[in-house]
Amino acid sequence: MLAAEYRGPYRMRAGRKRMPRIEHPRDALVRVTRSCICGSDLHLYRGMVPDTRVGMVFGHEFCGIVEEVGPEVEKLKPGDHVLVPFNIACGQCHFCKQGLFGNCHEANAEATAVGGIFGYSHTAGGYDGGQAEYARVPYADVGPTVIPDWMDLDDAVMLTDVVPTGYQAAEMGGIQKGDTVVVFGAGPVGIMAARCAWLFGAGRVIVIDHLHYRLDFARRYCPAEVYDFREIEDMAVFVKKQTDSLGADVCIDAVGGDAAGSALHTLFGKAMKLEAGSAIALHWAINSVKKGGIVSIVGVYGPTGNMIPIGNVLNKGITIRANQASVKRLLPRLIEHVQAGRIDPKALITHRMSLEDVSDGYHIFSAKLDGCIKPVLYPNGGQ
Amino acid sequence: MATSTTRLPRAVDPNTVNGWGVDADPRNDPTYPFRDRSREDGPGMAWQRPPLQEPRVEVLRSIEHSRLPAVVGTSTPPKGLSGMIRRAAFRYSESDWRHWLMLLGADRINVVEGIFEDLARGRIPNIPAEMGARAEWRHNKLGLVRKVAIVAAVSAVAVALLRRRGRDDW
Ligand SMILES: NC(=O)c1ccc[n+]([C@@H]2O[C@H](COP(=O)([O-])OP(=O)(O)OC[C@H]3O[C@@H](n4cnc5c(N)ncnc54)[C@H](O)[C@@H]3O)[C@@H](O)[C@H]2O)c1
Ligand SMILES: [Zn+2]
Ligand SMILES: [Zn+2]
Repeated sequence: MLAAEYRGPYRMRAGRKRMPRIEHPRDALVRVTRSCICGSDLHLYRGMVPDTRVGMVFGHEFCGIVEEVGPEVEKLKPGDHVLVPFNIACGQCHFCKQGLFGNCHEANAEATAVGGIFGYSHTAGGYDGGQAEYARVPYADVGPTVIPDWMDLDDAVMLTDVVPTGYQAAEMGGIQKGDTVVVFGAGPVGIMAARCAWLFGAGRVIVIDHLHYRLDFARRYCPAEVYDFREIEDMAVFVKKQTDSLGADVCIDAVGGDAAGSALHTLFGKAMKLEAGSAIALHWAINSVKKGGIVSIVGVYGPTGNMIPIGNVLNKGITIRANQASVKRLLPRLIEHVQAGRIDPKALITHRMSLEDVSDGYHIFSAKLDGCIKPVLYPNGGQ
Repeated sequence: MATSTTRLPRAVDPNTVNGWGVDADPRNDPTYPFRDRSREDGPGMAWQRPPLQEPRVEVLRSIEHSRLPAVVGTSTPPKGLSGMIRRAAFRYSESDWRHWLMLLGADRINVVEGIFEDLARGRIPNIPAEMGARAEWRHNKLGLVRKVAIVAAVSAVAVALLRRRGRDDW
């Protein structure tokens, strides 16, 4: 089959790979029809995630048609068109039972701190992902969800990660009616978090980034007040000024370890790898939120450690909430939102390309060329 | 020693502690709604397990796991020098920096191994294409020209230095 494989930092290529097969009685084999490239893939692409092996197939946001199922799969049958949550979850361990599908204990041999994630290095379990014509999908009765007839496949594929992650970012903010919410990052996840902040009753939504085309999109789509951090001298002072000097009720970090905006963090976190990525957006979030406020983190950082002002977390009495999104838990509600027209996921897709063009797709998304917000690959011609 | 609610060892029986639980408040739950405690079935790993996969390739296991998870990924098993370093890294826990630094080191070595693997198969990797040079040309010509110029200048200086070194030696 044709698949995208990682060859080293900043190097992806499409090539022939052996077909995946059923390796467990609860596996399904899925013929992929849509597969996004995600901001999380960029951490892999840039060589930031430990145990990212040459030859691995990335891709954790995909949908496709069930081709074959293992003997213990009951809910799915060949021919079903399913969207596949990015988390691999058993549905019956201590964590899955409580709805923590992003933290399953039966899906990742290599690490206990991370659940299993498709195509996301061996630190997330060593599964080949969905940027390929076919993918092995473990625990097929747990995560994969049959796409309703009325739903556009482009919306469906966005429900595998971006929409639930943005939604959970807002949910973890514990937003109460009238709250001022500041979202750092106007990537697909930040945009969706800002959109969802309104659903929870925010009174004001402010989005921070430095890419004007994304800020323009966020201004219209979310809608939100938008600001370029490069034009702001000091983020904490700026947010205080916006909030009668108290600080925001809720700050959301939708950036993660690839953040720009601090020479120090770029040197320590990205160039020298002395910390697990640049934590400047999180630093801003902690120092811009009000006392007793909430910082919600969905931006991804590496497993070692970061310099953040933990002393201020203590003194200000801040609550930090963070997780990988629990996609399956949120899907029923999000499908309702899409059906009711409250969320329009596919509006974020700017680039539709074939699997053969994966090298260009990664570069365009990584270098933020051509007004790119969300690129989607169409393996098997999207059929 | 273990009480009826858990199989895990416990040094103190809560029932013997003066004031145990008098201020417990179920609303004081910062994990709501991510974690549904009503469906919790006691501490420990005593859940009904899914059937166990028998991996046909080498799978490294975090020493923080007491057993292999029921399902494992079988992409790109460890091999070569990078594989040896990865195996060694798995002697340390996820809490130990050495674990991650060794894995990152192995990742870099693995890239070089990948190039040799390509060459061994009679394939010269088209690295500029893999890095998306075509898209760069289409959407960021100036950037591409600048990068090519820098690479050319650096290699010219390197060649000149090597030549001079060569002449000195001679
Ligand atoms: N928790 C989860 O389940 C989950 C799921 C998906 C993605 N993520 C993470 O969310 C993050 C965003 O993903 P994405 O797909 O939107 O990525 P993206 O790269 O498209 O977007 C990141 C945005 O942040 C901006 N940015 C950089 N530095 C900034 C700063 N200091 N302040 C404000 N903005 C800054 C960038 O310009 C960019 O627009 C990534 O870290 C990704 O790994 C987490
Ligand atoms: Zn993603
Ligand atoms: Zn589980």
